[in-house]
Amino acid sequence: MDPRPITKWMFYGYIAIVFSFIFLPIIASVVFSFNSQRFPTVPLGTFSTVWYETILTDSDVWDAAKTSIIVALCTSVIATFIGFCTAYADYRYRFFGKSGFLALALLPPTIPLIIMALAMLAWFARMGISGQVWSVIAAHTVLTIPFAMAIIRLRLNDIDPQLEAAAWNLGATEWVAVRNIILPFSKPAIIASLCLTAAVSFDEFAVAWFVAGLNKTIPVLIMEIVTGNIDPQVNAIGSFVFLTSMTLVVLAQLLLMKRLGRKWRGR
Amino acid sequence: MSKSHEWQRLCGGKAFEVAWRIPLIAWQAVFFIGPLLFMIIISFFLVKNYRMIEAFEFVNWFKMLQRATFWDSFGYTLLLASLSTVLVSIIAFPASYGLAFRVSSEGRRWAIFLLIVPFFTSYLVRIFSWYVVLAEAGPLNAVFGFIGLGPYTMLNTAFGSVVGYMTLTLPLVIILQTISLSNIDRRCIEAAYNLGCGVVRVILEVIVPMARTGLIVAALFCFILSFGDFVSPYYLGGSKPPTLPILIIDTTKSGQQWPRAAVIAVMMMLTLFSIAFSAIWYAYRKRVAS
Repeated sequence: MDPRPITKWMFYGYIAIVFSFIFLPIIASVVFSFNSQRFPTVPLGTFSTVWYETILTDSDVWDAAKTSIIVALCTSVIATFIGFCTAYADYRYRFFGKSGFLALALLPPTIPLIIMALAMLAWFARMGISGQVWSVIAAHTVLTIPFAMAIIRLRLNDIDPQLEAAAWNLGATEWVAVRNIILPFSKPAIIASLCLTAAVSFDEFAVAWFVAGLNKTIPVLIMEIVTGNIDPQVNAIGSFVFLTSMTLVVLAQLLLMKRLGRKWRGR
Repeated sequence: MSKSHEWQRLCGGKAFEVAWRIPLIAWQAVFFIGPLLFMIIISFFLVKNYRMIEAFEFVNWFKMLQRATFWDSFGYTLLLASLSTVLVSIIAFPASYGLAFRVSSEGRRWAIFLLIVPFFTSYLVRIFSWYVVLAEAGPLNAVFGFIGLGPYTMLNTAFGSVVGYMTLTLPLVIILQTISLSNIDRRCIEAAYNLGCGVVRVILEVIVPMARTGLIVAALFCFILSFGDFVSPYYLGGSKPPTLPILIIDTTKSGQQWPRAAVIAVMMMLTLFSIAFSAIWYAYRKRVAS
């Protein structure tokens, strides 16, 4: 099928251009964060860490970072727990209303965040728990359950179903079989799910902005800073945000790749 | 043996089965379905003295749907999101094609690995980065200046919005397209070449129809994300005219007009649902014999 080397290099070149478009903003942001100019342009100004010094002495940034970390940690644990239960229910059972059950788990990402934000703002205000860290955690959990469920469900695909049955035959209860067979087998996926859901929560701004009240998370703080003016301080905060979420996403993916490497287990 | 069976009967079996479903159902009922239904309900509430009052009136619906500004932004949002969907699908396709057919499976896996990272990486900061790059006196115009072009106004235009939408959706669309293209049975493509088809004809008459479902699902995700995003049209597009998500924010944040914002949100949901259902119907429709 058309093995001409020229077209092959044309495709490589095109893919390289598309990838540079996708990664340009990330690289540019990191470069700007070390740049002395307030309004960055080409040629760049001198190397400077002034924006980092500004944010490290800013108590707002520290408070927001603390809130973000608490929210991301709690969200990841709750979402992964619910995701695991849902994945196991889907893996093992057929039951009435199963497609509705799965829709409940997987639909949230198809609803625009701004609509979720408005709906949750009104709902939490009604229940009298708006403006709290817990409301952000509850909302982020809804948004991240689908990712947790999908990751763990994929892992369960690879388990040999006879392992669990063998454990029952040897006298294990269903709980014991889950604890000693399903859980250890799912461990890489569970850790990957913790990382990925934490990353999603760490970056989410629409719902957090509407619901968080005074408990600003990092993205909400960034939004307040950028509304109206260019402040390179955002690039410095952004570099930390990039570093955090990229580490988490890369970690999650590496854990899941190992899964592919061990595929022989299920065969 | 009998002891363990009794234990199993007590805490296993049906109760065990149902227990796995409860966390999701409970959580989503309280924090997902509840809020969405409540949002529909408050679209019928009234606002007096900056407070919501429970009622069942159609005032908000009439007020919003009679406004020309609402329909202007409805049309503009639809247009921008469709434009971005078409552009992103077209720009992504050669890259996905290359990844699916001209790159080893190892290379393809790493490319997808790389594309997943930005999809989960602070969209807001990436948009701010574009805001700086595309500025009137920014780096991109400086580069154009060296070769004697520009400066171009790129911020506060539809161009700016679309660059933002592309930042959001391009990685996801390439991933979905690449997966669906690489699932095509290669023998069909080789058969077409052996029967004397040219490259263009193979792409249009073999590859695109065979990958139709995946291509449409990718485009649909692109549309949903663009339609609901407020960051790009606000920071890069200058929100003139405002898109529907920006209208929701303005209406919510000024004067506590939550019921009217709910009307806009419900209209957005209805639009998205009808587009999603028709897209999925079209994607899974039986192929017309040709």
